[in-house]
Amino acid sequence: MTLSTMLSTMAIGMLRTFGVFSLTLIGSLPLGMVVALLKKSRFAVVRGFISAYISIIRGTPLMLQLLVWYFGPFYLFGMNIGGWRFPAVILGFVLNYAAYFAEIYRGGIESMPVGQYEAAEVLGYTHTQTFMRIILPQVIKRIMPSITNEVITLVKDTSLAFTLAYQEVFSLAKQISASQTSFMPFVIAGVFYFVANYAVEFAMSRIEKALDYYK
Amino acid sequence: MILEMNNIRKSFGAHEVLKDISIGVDRGEVVSIIGPSGSGKSTLLRCATFLETIDGGDISYMGEHAVHTDDAGKAVYVSPQKLRHFRSYYGLVFQQFNLFPHYSILKNLIDAPMHVQGKSKEEATDLAMALLYKMGLSERADAYPYQLSGGQQQRVAIARALAMSPEILFFDEPTSALDPELTGEVLKVIRELAEEHMTMVVVTHEMPFAKAVSNRVVFMADGVIVEQGDPQDVFDNPQEERTKQFLRVFER
Ligand SMILES: Nc1ncnc2c1ncn2[C@@H]1O[C@H](COP(=O)(O)OP(=O)(O)OP(=O)(O)O)[C@@H](O)[C@H]1O
Ligand SMILES: [Mg+2]
Repeated sequence: MTLSTMLSTMAIGMLRTFGVFSLTLIGSLPLGMVVALLKKSRFAVVRGFISAYISIIRGTPLMLQLLVWYFGPFYLFGMNIGGWRFPAVILGFVLNYAAYFAEIYRGGIESMPVGQYEAAEVLGYTHTQTFMRIILPQVIKRIMPSITNEVITLVKDTSLAFTLAYQEVFSLAKQISASQTSFMPFVIAGVFYFVANYAVEFAMSRIEKALDYYK
Repeated sequence: MILEMNNIRKSFGAHEVLKDISIGVDRGEVVSIIGPSGSGKSTLLRCATFLETIDGGDISYMGEHAVHTDDAGKAVYVSPQKLRHFRSYYGLVFQQFNLFPHYSILKNLIDAPMHVQGKSKEEATDLAMALLYKMGLSERADAYPYQLSGGQQQRVAIARALAMSPEILFFDEPTSALDPELTGEVLKVIRELAEEHMTMVVVTHEMPFAKAVSNRVVFMADGVIVEQGDPQDVFDNPQEERTKQFLRVFER
């Protein structure tokens, strides 16, 4: 196998990795906010459920969670899991990252001085306006460094999709390496992850800079 | 009467902080509230501005009841929507300014008029610029709060409250967080508002200011109003022993 065929085979894996990465962010960034807000719900049942969800997600390996999402429906309901592989990967990642993002959001929201809420309340803002106009923009700035860390972890975590034999970069690298007895695929995969993280760091630092107009 | 508070009671746990306090404020009046630390001055303002919920008593603005005490002795508030309507009657200036750091000075002044009162951007901006001019801060409209001194930030906070065209303005120790050399510029602004007959209630430790600017001085201690009246009377000829004792600390 020439280097270029190797690269073009792996390019498909790269696209899949990018798909897992972006779908996870698209799903978990907003879902994390929903989870963070539900954790402060007035209903004890909801709060209890959310706390349990967060501690289970944080207390077990993502690899195990992926296996549960993939095989669970079959063992529990006898569901035909053909075609379920990709949805299970995304479901597992989104629910996992939403829990981590939720904790970051919660920390950010709790770090806001109470004076900001009180000033907004006295001015007559509704609760929704206070959150959307006053609190959230400041929270986003405060949590940006933590979000960056999570996103970088996600780039590397996407390789865990290999657990479900999803053919992303890492799985393909392993397969090609084994069949061609070559170390090259791992080098390509390594460069890919490194460059991807470099791009993430660059993008995030641009966002942080853009938010630097106030203190 | 712009504000009327009757028989206000407020406890934090077992600690009764306001014990049956009644106070009314007429249009154009400037009322100073003085008293030792922990006497309940801030709590009174926070109850008047609905940041704290009272346990008993009545509060009305412009003759409309916002809270009343029912036959069972329980304080009943109007609905949250109605309460928001009451918020348009007053403004509050905090000790710690509490400006919105992510908004420019101008945006701090126009955001609530636009999104709470539904004013157009032009209308809100015209009023905001006029207020900034009055505060001597026209040049700083595009700055952010962190770029201003404490005294300037507090003047912006006053302008932000005024931008809502309130009937009455509350101040909770507006100069206590400021370096001594910056208190003058804030007190000057409040004095100018008093000259324009803006209705104000000012909690302060600045005795000369209270004496010079207010129409009435209220002395609070341990959750009750011990004495109130004309500033000259209260400061120069206090009747109650507790008042004399408190004022003695400030004479030197
Ligand atoms: N949220 C709260 N929870 C419990 N106790 C409180 C709370 N807010 C105020 N208190 C207590 O109520 C009492 C009155 O406090 P308040 O802040 O109204 O006093 P103050 O007259 O404004 O004093 P200062 O001059 O120090 O500002 C104090 O004993 C204070 O500890
Ligand atoms: Mg106080």
